Amino acid sequence: MTARSDGIDGATPRSPDAALLRIENVWKTYHSQPVLRGVDLDVAAHEVVCLIGASGSGKSTLLRCVNLLETVDDGAIYLDGTEITDVRADADRARKRIGMVFQSYNLFPHMSVLDNITLAPVRVHKTPRAAAVAQARELLERFGLADKAKEYPDRLSGGQQQRVAIVRALATRPSLMLLDEVTSALDPELVTEVLGIIRELKESGMTMVLATHEMGFARDIADTVCFLDNGVLLETGPAEQIFTEPREPRTREFLQRVLESGRI
Amino acid sequence: MTTSDANPPAWVKSARQLERERQRRRTGRRSASVAAVSTVVFLALVIGLLVSSPGWPRVRQTFFSVGQLGDAFPDVLRGFWLNVEIFLIAEPLILGLGLLVALARSLTGPVFFPIRALAVGYTDVFRGVPTILLVYLIGFGVPALNLRGVPSDPAVLGGAALVLSYGAYVAEVFRAGIDSIHPSQRAAARSLGLSHVQSLRFVVLPQAVRRVVPPLLNDFSSLQKDTALVAVLGPLEALRQAQIHSADTFNYTPFLAAALLFIALTVPLARFTDHLAARAERRRAPGGGT
Repeated sequence: MTARSDGIDGATPRSPDAALLRIENVWKTYHSQPVLRGVDLDVAAHEVVCLIGASGSGKSTLLRCVNLLETVDDGAIYLDGTEITDVRADADRARKRIGMVFQSYNLFPHMSVLDNITLAPVRVHKTPRAAAVAQARELLERFGLADKAKEYPDRLSGGQQQRVAIVRALATRPSLMLLDEVTSALDPELVTEVLGIIRELKESGMTMVLATHEMGFARDIADTVCFLDNGVLLETGPAEQIFTEPREPRTREFLQRVLESGRI
Repeated sequence: MTTSDANPPAWVKSARQLERERQRRRTGRRSASVAAVSTVVFLALVIGLLVSSPGWPRVRQTFFSVGQLGDAFPDVLRGFWLNVEIFLIAEPLILGLGLLVALARSLTGPVFFPIRALAVGYTDVFRGVPTILLVYLIGFGVPALNLRGVPSDPAVLGGAALVLSYGAYVAEVFRAGIDSIHPSQRAAARSLGLSHVQSLRFVVLPQAVRRVVPPLLNDFSSLQKDTALVAVLGPLEALRQAQIHSADTFNYTPFLAAALLFIALTVPLARFTDHLAARAERRRAPGGGT
């Protein structure tokens, strides 16, 4: 992981180095309000990066840009050396390799848990249904949801729904997982079960970028922590350094506020 | 979802609760009697006003003649089957047309501009033209073209006019349903790698269709009666049969027979619509499952 400040405009290198994900000088504006202002970030394979920062600092927008749910206004994003923000590139092909989990779960309410999970493998990746079902059951088993396969999402607790959403994203065997404040909508006693899964994913070597408000968890799980402030990636470093000796006064201020609210 | 403890306390209704329930029953009985009395009084007033009006004996003779009703009923009923037939054939065609037009309007990309424009033009025009005008235009205009292979049966042409008119309304209902699905559902589908079309087909449409069933049924009870508009083209459906009978005898009771038949068909559908809407409401309510 290297924080780079030398965002190159225009002339982008053909094949950037070892980074699995490279974000280069990304700008995004909503209604003439800049949300991301030239963000640069590299994520190596098997690395876990946590994005922290106040609400509205651009964490979610950055993740949505990586998954091409938003088009960037400037800059480029590379996945495995290929530019996915290229206007000629096939967005669906890039998304196949990226899994995303949302704050509000976004399970499909008209489908059973099993159908939610097998939809993409069967329809997008053309996995035979039987194989997709077997794989889904295996994943559900692994994450303690084996008995929920036939349930519909609204019969599950928030924690169970979010775990299903994570399984659904995993079922397409992505090489990168994006998790957008996946515990923010959960009751405190349900947060642990979801964080447990993410911890397990890290141990299995999954590359992840998380936007999170759970500072204790970020400190525990992240290889690298990035502090976003008003659309600028203000500080990047190893988790321990960011939380114990932040260089930037703004980072210190933010962590202080979080500490006072008792969420660390 | 959580299982309860091994020994939850058993509930024995307290004296307070029993008294509360007695009070509720008393209030309920009182409201029921008030409703019954006021209904009877209201009906008595309306009937009294009708019967005491100077023209009543004449009206009773021309509109409520039991003998005429019996004479005309078999023919009107036979005609009514044609209404039912038109309705049953038109309904699936309307659903298909409406869905196609709604999907055409949701297409993105400059390539599809002509299709989008056509869909918008269709809904604008056919919702704007009164249905009876459309029945005239198609019923008399299309045969006048003398095209080969185009049916000239007035019931078919009238049915086609109904399909075109209702297709425009139903397209708007479908479009509202599609728009009502939260964008996060589409985002989740796209994030899994599903294409625009796949997201529509597997995620958005199934939810949208479920949501618009009550308004669609509402449109269909309206279609059931509008099959009578086909009468202006001359096929022997219920209204036309009633017209023939009343022209013979100068008595309007046959129309009453037709009206009763239409009511017999639309009321059950209306109740079924209410039932579905109520069920959807229960599901949305907190604690509603399945």
